Amino acid sequence: MANVFAFAESRGGELRKVALEVVTAARTLADATGGGEVHALLVGAPGIAGKAAPLGAHGADVVHLCEHPAFANANPEAAAALAAQLLKQTGARAGLFPASAQGRDLAPRVAAKLGVGLASDVTAFSAQGDAIHAKHPTHTGKVIATLALTGTPALLALRPNVFTPKESAKAGRVESVAPVADPAASRVVVKEMRGGGKAKLDLSEAPVIVSGGRGLKAAENFKLVEDLAAAFGNAAVGATRAVTDDGWRPHSDQIGQTGRVVSPDLYVAVGISGAIQHLAGMRTSRTIVAINKDKEAPIFKLADYGIVGDVFEILPPLIEAVKAARASRG
Amino acid sequence: MKIAVCIKRVPVMDVRFRIAADGKSVDETGLKYDVNDFDLWAVEAALQLKEKTGDGEVVVFSLGPDAVQEQIRKALSMGADRGVQLKADRAPADPLSIAKALAAELKASQWDVVFFGKVAIDSADQSVGPMVAELLGLPCVSAISSLDIANGRGTAKRELESASEIVEFPLPVVLTVDEGLNKERLPNLKGIMAAKKKPLEVKPAQLDAGTVNVVAMELPAERAAGRIIGEGAAAVPELVRLLQTEAKVL
Amino acid sequence: MATDFFNIDSALSEEERAVRDSVRRFVDESVMPIIGDAYVQGKFPKQLIPRMAELGLLGANLPEEYGCAGLNNVAYGLIMQELERGDSGIRSFASVQGALVMYPIYAFGSEEQKRHWLPKMASGEIIGCFGLTEPDYGSNPSGMITMAREQKDGSWVINGAKMWITNGSQAKVAVVWAKTNGDADQRSIRGFIVPTDAKGFTAKDQKGKLSLRASDTSELVLDDVHVPGDAILPKSGGLKSPLMCLTQARYGISWGALGAAIGCYEEALSYAKTRVMFGRPIGGFQLQQARLADMLTEIVKGQLVSLHLGRLKDAGTFTPQQVSLAKRNNVNMATNIAREARRMLGGNGILAEYASMRHMANLESVYTYEGTHDIHTLILGQAVTGLNAFE
Repeated sequence: MANVFAFAESRGGELRKVALEVVTAARTLADATGGGEVHALLVGAPGIAGKAAPLGAHGADVVHLCEHPAFANANPEAAAALAAQLLKQTGARAGLFPASAQGRDLAPRVAAKLGVGLASDVTAFSAQGDAIHAKHPTHTGKVIATLALTGTPALLALRPNVFTPKESAKAGRVESVAPVADPAASRVVVKEMRGGGKAKLDLSEAPVIVSGGRGLKAAENFKLVEDLAAAFGNAAVGATRAVTDDGWRPHSDQIGQTGRVVSPDLYVAVGISGAIQHLAGMRTSRTIVAINKDKEAPIFKLADYGIVGDVFEILPPLIEAVKAARASRG
Repeated sequence: MKIAVCIKRVPVMDVRFRIAADGKSVDETGLKYDVNDFDLWAVEAALQLKEKTGDGEVVVFSLGPDAVQEQIRKALSMGADRGVQLKADRAPADPLSIAKALAAELKASQWDVVFFGKVAIDSADQSVGPMVAELLGLPCVSAISSLDIANGRGTAKRELESASEIVEFPLPVVLTVDEGLNKERLPNLKGIMAAKKKPLEVKPAQLDAGTVNVVAMELPAERAAGRIIGEGAAAVPELVRLLQTEAKVL
Repeated sequence: MATDFFNIDSALSEEERAVRDSVRRFVDESVMPIIGDAYVQGKFPKQLIPRMAELGLLGANLPEEYGCAGLNNVAYGLIMQELERGDSGIRSFASVQGALVMYPIYAFGSEEQKRHWLPKMASGEIIGCFGLTEPDYGSNPSGMITMAREQKDGSWVINGAKMWITNGSQAKVAVVWAKTNGDADQRSIRGFIVPTDAKGFTAKDQKGKLSLRASDTSELVLDDVHVPGDAILPKSGGLKSPLMCLTQARYGISWGALGAAIGCYEEALSYAKTRVMFGRPIGGFQLQQARLADMLTEIVKGQLVSLHLGRLKDAGTFTPQQVSLAKRNNVNMATNIAREARRMLGGNGILAEYASMRHMANLESVYTYEGTHDIHTLILGQAVTGLNAFE
């Protein structure tokens, strides 16, 4: 019997998809280690209680809920203190976090507070005797390390979009918990959130990513990429480093060695030659489509489906065809 | 302004890595090394901060074997004032062990800002910076892509998934640097010559055993060879058909 | 990754590698994206000068007290290698500024001249050119007819014409070599620091070049140019003074040619691995592999020659004849590699988008200047037989 802790990330009063991934993974681990309880932690502004139900539906036995106005935005100092205390109180064998932007900030703080090890950006894990083994891509995804975590609790930050949320309804008993550190007294304070409205899909969560490179020739031509993403309906827009360096797109859209690492179901590379730095960020995508005028471009070595040709000729009919395909499916 | 920057020596990544005979490390034969990209941006941020405030000191720390002195000297050639090597056979797999060793050393002085790169591109943990902050009891802002420090306080931007947040923080602080904050300067030749004469202190790293170990390393499965399905707009119907019937993603 | 088949990096000091890496990045980021266009347009990309100066690339092996970087000669050579990997025109600019203008001021100038000129030339504020070759006297500069006559007040009046002068039209100062006071013997040759705005001095770009197009090449005319007495380089004397400059420059060229060869080889290799013909990359065919193996072998040999020559130069024991061997070998092999690389690129190889044909055309100039291939052959012949075959 081993309890497992899961941090349920929210933003702007909404659960993020990674919260369900992490809770699902915690359920799997708890079941694999003798059927302990999954303790989820959900913090947010007053009203976040209304979002607790899906956590129970995905396998949380207990949802520890902390509502506080100063949890309206990310508040890692207060969240880390609370997470560390719950990990101790519940006697958790393991603590799971999302390896999202916020999760990768939070988990190391908790690890340091508890004096235990952390495996980041984990793509698979298993219980192996007294240790928990975690697979973790290193060297820009060119090497996969298997880490053994021997501390208790063992902390893991899970790569988004790898662990599929699965329902396995549990009590999902909600228990209010008081903050350990006053959230209003945190030294680092979020003054403003920009973007991230519900309508816009995160690169790390999107099942489909349409990404553009220098082959689009100018910032304004990114409209074609956006239109194709819109045609898929469930797609986010990414870019290469060349494009973000030139200011056509914000740095946060950059996919690659120094940018975001994504693994969507479908990755459409438009006018991207496939520099090694870019491939490091998307090589684990399940299906890769490449459209490029240069048939020697390295991206074609990786692409499941490549089309050689002018992106300006190919994208307009492709946008229409994708729209039609989705419409016919109803 | 007293500024610390922690940097890491990492392999240059444009190679095909091989797994060493022990099955749990990368074969280092023929690898070339450089300062981790994000750490170069951290050094640049430190230098810009020193230049802006007009006085102070930028001290560079790196943990590892004597080979890391080359990376420390690169930071010195960019303009940092002195370096400290925390000597260890290798950087351990447990980021908390590294963080403890760094924190033990950093604790000995008062710092206004401690900079890290967001992530080391080899071990890819993205953990040491926030851990050090926690161990030192300092506030921490990770993965910043803009920075403004004045009058003992700072403002920074953090990129999130499809969003960003603007945060305010007091000094002293630990900051980890994301891409986009700056572009690092190239060491000029005079800087390279001057770096040889700057102080570089060597101290033993106080490393504990840690609770994270590498038990295996492997190369990821190769993707099946790419396939070109056609040329120009004429290939669009075939692509859509394959996405629907074969890949089942549409 | 850069071509280093014999792990020559391990024979370089950390500082030498650091210098090379900085220049390599500068070339990749600032030269490569613009050089093809500059070449086609026939313009030296002078916007690069401030950045080159800031990095310390001008006169980098001269002492720090004159505002220079004080590097050893191996590091200096590596700079030349990386610059010419970009383009011979860029390397020529730096060679002329450093080895042919700053060096003679440093070697033959008075302390006042050094303090006045060198820091401003290291910072790129003043660009210089070197006037030795004349329309009718290329390989035999001892025959030069440019003449300087000393006036009663100690000033000088210079008359003559110089040709194939790199940086000529953009230079603010020229080091002009002239015979003195009507004496036709080469021993009367002295160097003069001539401001290019002096009355009677004109520089005109030579048009219609099919090589070194990203470099200014000019003709200088000195028509009763009057310079003060302190314009003369006091320690210069005889033809050996400009020849010492050429030895410096040739040393840099031996490294530079290596850079051009490496640039062509890497382009050809990358192309061979990705260009598919008859169903597989052309690098999989024996004929292309033979080409690549030959290129690589010649490059490794050249790397060893240049590196050892640099070590000898740093030790102060190198001879001009050794420099001749290195210049002759490396430029010749680079010329061959550039041509082979261009051929491997097929039709694409004739486009400015690729570097090999540009290098191929450039290297024809490099083959010809600073002592032609044939002249260096005769220097080596004389060195080993003791017999002069020049005349």
